[in-house]
Amino acid sequence: MKYIDEYRKKELILSISERLKSISKKEIVLMEVCGGHTMAIHRFGLTSLLPSTIHLISGPGCPVCVSSQHFIDMAMAYSRVPGVIITTYGDLIRVPGSTTSLEKERANGSDVRIVYSVLESLEIAKMNPEKRVVFLGIGFETTAPLTAAAILQANRDNIPNFHVLSAHKVMPPVMKALVDEGVKIDGFIAPGHVSAITGTAIYNDLATLCGLGVVVSGFEPVDMMQSILMLTEQIESGTPMVEVQYHRVVQHEGNKVAQKALADVFELRDDSWRGLGMIPKSGMKIRDELSAFDAEKQFIVEVPESTEPKGCICGQILRGLKTPVDCPLFARKCTPSDPVGACMVSGEGTCATYYKYRS
Amino acid sequence: MTQKADKVMLSHGSGGRMMHQLIQDLFIRHFRNDILDEQADASILQVGSFEIAFTTDSFVIDPLFFPGGNIGKLAVCGTVNDLAVSGAEPLYLSVSFILEEGFPMNELEIIVESLAAEARKAGVLIVTGDTKVVNKGKCDKLFINTAGVGRVKPEDRTISRAMNIKAGDVIIINGSIGDHGMAVMNARESFNFKTNVESDCASLNHLIREVLDQCSVKFMRDPTRGGVATVLNELVGKIGLGIEIEESALPVNKGVKAMCEVLGFDPLHIANEGKVVIVAGEHESMKILETLKKNSLGLQSSIIGRVVSDHPGKVVLRNETGGRRIVDSLSGDQLPRIC
Repeated sequence: MKYIDEYRKKELILSISERLKSISKKEIVLMEVCGGHTMAIHRFGLTSLLPSTIHLISGPGCPVCVSSQHFIDMAMAYSRVPGVIITTYGDLIRVPGSTTSLEKERANGSDVRIVYSVLESLEIAKMNPEKRVVFLGIGFETTAPLTAAAILQANRDNIPNFHVLSAHKVMPPVMKALVDEGVKIDGFIAPGHVSAITGTAIYNDLATLCGLGVVVSGFEPVDMMQSILMLTEQIESGTPMVEVQYHRVVQHEGNKVAQKALADVFELRDDSWRGLGMIPKSGMKIRDELSAFDAEKQFIVEVPESTEPKGCICGQILRGLKTPVDCPLFARKCTPSDPVGACMVSGEGTCATYYKYRS
Repeated sequence: MTQKADKVMLSHGSGGRMMHQLIQDLFIRHFRNDILDEQADASILQVGSFEIAFTTDSFVIDPLFFPGGNIGKLAVCGTVNDLAVSGAEPLYLSVSFILEEGFPMNELEIIVESLAAEARKAGVLIVTGDTKVVNKGKCDKLFINTAGVGRVKPEDRTISRAMNIKAGDVIIINGSIGDHGMAVMNARESFNFKTNVESDCASLNHLIREVLDQCSVKFMRDPTRGGVATVLNELVGKIGLGIEIEESALPVNKGVKAMCEVLGFDPLHIANEGKVVIVAGEHESMKILETLKKNSLGLQSSIIGRVVSDHPGKVVLRNETGGRRIVDSLSGDQLPRIC
């Protein structure tokens, strides 16, 4: 199949592997920020093709995983408001909140619907004018433009019963926060779909101020191997910079139309991340002029104080400090069918990936 | 969380782990008997000097009409196939309708016509039934239950028990996987994928009979909800051996592969309604493949993997680049209401 087969060619992957083995001298740690990358690395068994000098750690790039417990609890509180329809991407409904999950709330009578696009939520809002639809907006610069487009459309078409509970986040501040916190990282494999929207300039500070290489990567095994090679070459030659591997999708300036939609709808705010706490200017808040579509502005819900599940180390895993196998709950008390922490729920969560590909 | 759910959730009906837990922890606990304990697709019953197979299935698929079939055709195929994979020759079906007030009569007729046509094709008679109508809003359009009985030859009665399976035995499937689930999903959701993916919905009893008459088979199962992954996981749980499958050997149609790539699904978890997974000794494999390929429902038949003594209780998939991954049963409700 075009765009897939050519990027999964065994010979190509093995030749990059050989090249890596010949040039890699320094002991280095690369962080793949995105959950999609973590999946690809394990799905295609790429770690077994790397020299022993190159270590990969997983970062905070799974939207479901990094959404704070408070956000999950707030979503639950909204789902209990009479006349509210919650619309959400699928994974979120199984994330355990402090006391319950959206899946359980649905069984208790809440109207929780899985959508594959935020635009479906708009349709649901139009079909149910007497109800209030609250879309749970999660994800990074990749999904946020769609949410922005939906809000702009709701504004244009006058759909007053459509609201968004935004937990949208931006990528660069959390990457910087990890470096500042002292997590040992020599280079970042950055998510290609984020830069397809934002362009590549968002990482310039990491290269110039922190001296770290960033390679914007695609998601197929050849993409990943080539990105690791590019980062290794940068590190070995002492020339950290921002480079694009994913040229077939990413342009340096990004997608201007999507950027404008983001800027028109959202502004940055300090935001709370699971395991990482409050990170300045890392979240996207709906602008005041569009507050008619901001669930938090339109109706307030009471959210009891959130508690993290006991023994769960999702937070440390999201910071790259630990791996799932370090967790006493992993694959025992915490499994995909009975998850304790968020990282076991999402298909792109580090724990779910390790569980699936454990040997 | 680790405590038991106090309400029924959609995941309890997905064919994955939660459903199996529900069946084990509630239904089997209360209904336990030797016949039920075998947990086959159809139960084999001794009636006088005869052995018959008996099974039942309910159909709640949404939408009622999908590329490749409708709920009526499916209601026959599902029950016929459950009998056939148990080694039985399907003979008689019952059909019960639960209808929602206001359901269009012309659509009901189309569904009933398909049901009758598929029953003729499969060579089974519909001999009893029931009709209930509920108030508007109390059920979603139309639900169908079918039950079926079939005759079992003594030599075929152990097919569903997975006996004598050894390392080195081969796993065969009669064609591409994931077509039904993806066709239904594409018909239901507003993806607007421009694809020709069609449900594989078909009665397999004639195909299976041809194989059983000519070849020696150790185990058969139809990979419906939960897909091939779930069938293989149940099997390794029973036999105390492992299974290794080759990704490159899995027949997956282009459209299904593309939809799975876009949506992040694993074709091994997607439902089929016209497929049978067969386990047999290696020496029988060529004969089985030849027999399958002679039938239009088996043209794409292939060997997808093997039983191994390594990693007992686990199904492992090898990909072309040397990566290995564990193929688990489906957890959660990836695709509710596909049958």
